Amino acid sequence: MRTFLKVSVFALIVIALFAGFANFGVPRIEPALPPVEEVVDVGAMTMEDFTALGKRIFDGKGTCTLCHTAMGGRAPVLDDLSTVTSERLKDPRYQGEASDVESYLYESLVAPSAYVVAGFGKAGSSDSISPMPDVRGGGIGFSEAETLAVIAYLQDASGLDVTVTIPTEAEGGIEEESEEEAREPFEDPEEIVEEFVCGACHKIGEEEGEMGPDLTQIGSIRNKEYLRRSILDPDADIAEGFEPEMMPTDYGEQMYAGELEMLVDYLAASKQGDQP
Amino acid sequence: MKDRSAIGFVGLVMVALLVMFSDGINLPFAAALADQEVAAETVLETTYPPAPQLTESDYPRIGGLNGRVVVWLVAQLHLWFAALVLAVPIFVLIIEAIGMKTRDKRYDDMAYEFIRVSITAYSLTAILGGLLIFSLAIFYPDLLQYLVSIFNETMLYYALLFFAESATLYLYYYGWQWLQGGNKKWVHLTLGLLLNAVGTTLMFLANAWLTFMMSPAGVDVAGAFSGDVELAIHNYLWNPINLHRFVANIAFGGSIVGAYAAYKFLSASNAQEKAHYDWMGYTANLIAILALLPLPFAGYYLTAEIYAYSQQMGITLMGGVFAWLFIIQAVLIGTLFLSANYYLWCGMGRSEGAIRYNGYVKYLAIVLIGAFLVWFTPHTLVLTNQELNALGGPYHKYLGPLGIMPAKNTAVNIMIIFTFLSFLYYRRANKIATVSWTSVGNAAQVALFSAGIFNIFFLGIYHGYFTSTVYKIASSIPQVMTTLIIIVTSIVIDAFMYRGAREVAPLRWGRIPARAQYALFLLAVSFTWLMGLMGYIRSGIRQHWHVVNIMRDASPDAYTPTMGYAANIVSIGVVLFISMVMFVFWLSQIAARKTAPVGYWKSGPS
Repeated sequence: MRTFLKVSVFALIVIALFAGFANFGVPRIEPALPPVEEVVDVGAMTMEDFTALGKRIFDGKGTCTLCHTAMGGRAPVLDDLSTVTSERLKDPRYQGEASDVESYLYESLVAPSAYVVAGFGKAGSSDSISPMPDVRGGGIGFSEAETLAVIAYLQDASGLDVTVTIPTEAEGGIEEESEEEAREPFEDPEEIVEEFVCGACHKIGEEEGEMGPDLTQIGSIRNKEYLRRSILDPDADIAEGFEPEMMPTDYGEQMYAGELEMLVDYLAASKQGDQP
Repeated sequence: MKDRSAIGFVGLVMVALLVMFSDGINLPFAAALADQEVAAETVLETTYPPAPQLTESDYPRIGGLNGRVVVWLVAQLHLWFAALVLAVPIFVLIIEAIGMKTRDKRYDDMAYEFIRVSITAYSLTAILGGLLIFSLAIFYPDLLQYLVSIFNETMLYYALLFFAESATLYLYYYGWQWLQGGNKKWVHLTLGLLLNAVGTTLMFLANAWLTFMMSPAGVDVAGAFSGDVELAIHNYLWNPINLHRFVANIAFGGSIVGAYAAYKFLSASNAQEKAHYDWMGYTANLIAILALLPLPFAGYYLTAEIYAYSQQMGITLMGGVFAWLFIIQAVLIGTLFLSANYYLWCGMGRSEGAIRYNGYVKYLAIVLIGAFLVWFTPHTLVLTNQELNALGGPYHKYLGPLGIMPAKNTAVNIMIIFTFLSFLYYRRANKIATVSWTSVGNAAQVALFSAGIFNIFFLGIYHGYFTSTVYKIASSIPQVMTTLIIIVTSIVIDAFMYRGAREVAPLRWGRIPARAQYALFLLAVSFTWLMGLMGYIRSGIRQHWHVVNIMRDASPDAYTPTMGYAANIVSIGVVLFISMVMFVFWLSQIAARKTAPVGYWKSGPS
């Protein structure tokens, strides 16, 4: 019985030590809550509202701009849709059934491999398989109305007439994810750098982006005011050798004030000899 | 007998629940009764609905119980016991085969005692498995129904295999003394092999269900099943989890039976018993270490595959809120390595011959603790702006570079190599090599270790700090290969060099301090806690999805809890598990006790 008790007490002490370390030995981080879905009534929308909604989905929930951007080179830029659509529909490699811009865009969203633009296919597929997912599933999860809203936006952005019909409410509403409301502030600068994908264009931390200036020692040559201005108004000062209008201009809206300051401090502290 | 009726009952409950939850979706049972051709056509033509879109009202609230916590604890307890009862027969089979080959009955007796520990745990595994299905049916009925709609056939096979597992286990255990000698022993060994084959298949099937929830396959974007169950089973993360669990189970099983041996050693009343359980504890620790050495590599493989499947899931795992859990993991794995090494060093006291190596132990300890501290160093610190300014950035000037993966990869390889070195010293403790080329062999081993360690440091420092990101990660593979080459080559050299070696002093089993037994307990408790933590991470990276990107978790508990909360639940689970294990150990104690009630029984016919 004595052995039983001694061993039990020993085990309890070990468990308590591990639990204590997990509770008090590492920073207390409150994970962000899951995104909240709000139902938007599309039935009451004008075409202008519907197109604007398409833009919000394109930039937000759809995460389309992660790839469809001139900077990344991971997917074709979606401008001049009128010309490219007619060319692609005539291309012998085209395997779909679309007949016009609207049906081509729809097909591209739900069956992206029907036509893969040369150079943008999955590695080893000889441009026969698109790396893009079906937007109705996966982490994107568009409803029918959301898919149509994006098509409306893309048509509008290319200067074409918007041909889609706004679905009635009965055909399905739109659930907009309002992550901003639920988002907890990021607690360390590296998380900010990671979440805002700074490394896609800049050399920072372990990332090796080349589209923007090297930020690994930026604190040696720029002060905090300059750095803050560069985040809030990226085209105010353009570093030598880089193009203007490359960096998104809405980071001031996306970042909390505390996050912005943390990032500025972090960049200002990145000096020669450090390894951010 | 009680065990068997409990397992039979649980098996029947499982089948009944499967039938209940598969009703109206796909009926393989009914199809079997109907005309085969018609049934086959029906199955082919079956169309499956998309995954249900749930709301909060779809999750029953029973009393004040939190469904997530109940399922979490029950699933984890089931998993711990399942890992134990699947792992023990693997090394029991190997020990039995060694006994058979060497004709040393001690191995056979030890293997029998190991399987005796797992036989009581087996009924607990079955009961907890039944409880898990009940908990899922009560708290997550739609999820269970969706999974059953896809895996119903495999779940039926699982239930049938469960009966097969029970049958082979009981035959293997109860037939042990009966199937001895000659061909009978071969039959018994074959039963052991069959038992392991069935057990491993069971685990692989269950792994398919949980990995489907992480990396769904065989379904369309809305979650509608294509009908190809093979595709759903062979999803992206199935094999990486299979491998990782297979190796981890053996290490975990070794640590638990090591704790059993330690308990029996501490309770032993005579030198003979102490010697027996000391040998048993040593063997269990050796099994745990042997499986522990490749475990980090299996973990890297799993993580790499998670990244390959979904960059987002990989970042959630390693770069998001779960990143700090890997610091806790580093503490736990460091504890595992240190306690396993400490046990080996204590064990060197069994022979006077080990005095030659005692001086090296402190250097081994320094290196192991140093490597552990590097592994433990976080990449970034969560700081206030003032602290950030005071530190001059998020990284410490000198310690910051130790936080990145190349430093940690180097540290873990060094830990593994020096743990192996501890074992090598232990192995040589009571022997002196007598072959003519001893000095050359020793020099070759020194050169091997030196060159290997230099190479690991070179790869870690050069590729980690002076090349681009691609090489930082890629350098871990040649580091692992270097470690494996050191271990394998050294074992080969040592095996030949110590063939016919002279014993300088006898190895006295039982001559080991009691504190070494507590090192075995530390190993078992740490391993249990670690498994609980990693189970939480594996499940937690699904975030607010039951089935990733297919079926959203709409329950009020869909959020990721804080690390402290998760650690507390894991701790409660470990306390429950250790209590049950202690109960199993206690049962083994009382099973050996006999009371002669004088005058209680009337005297029968002689």
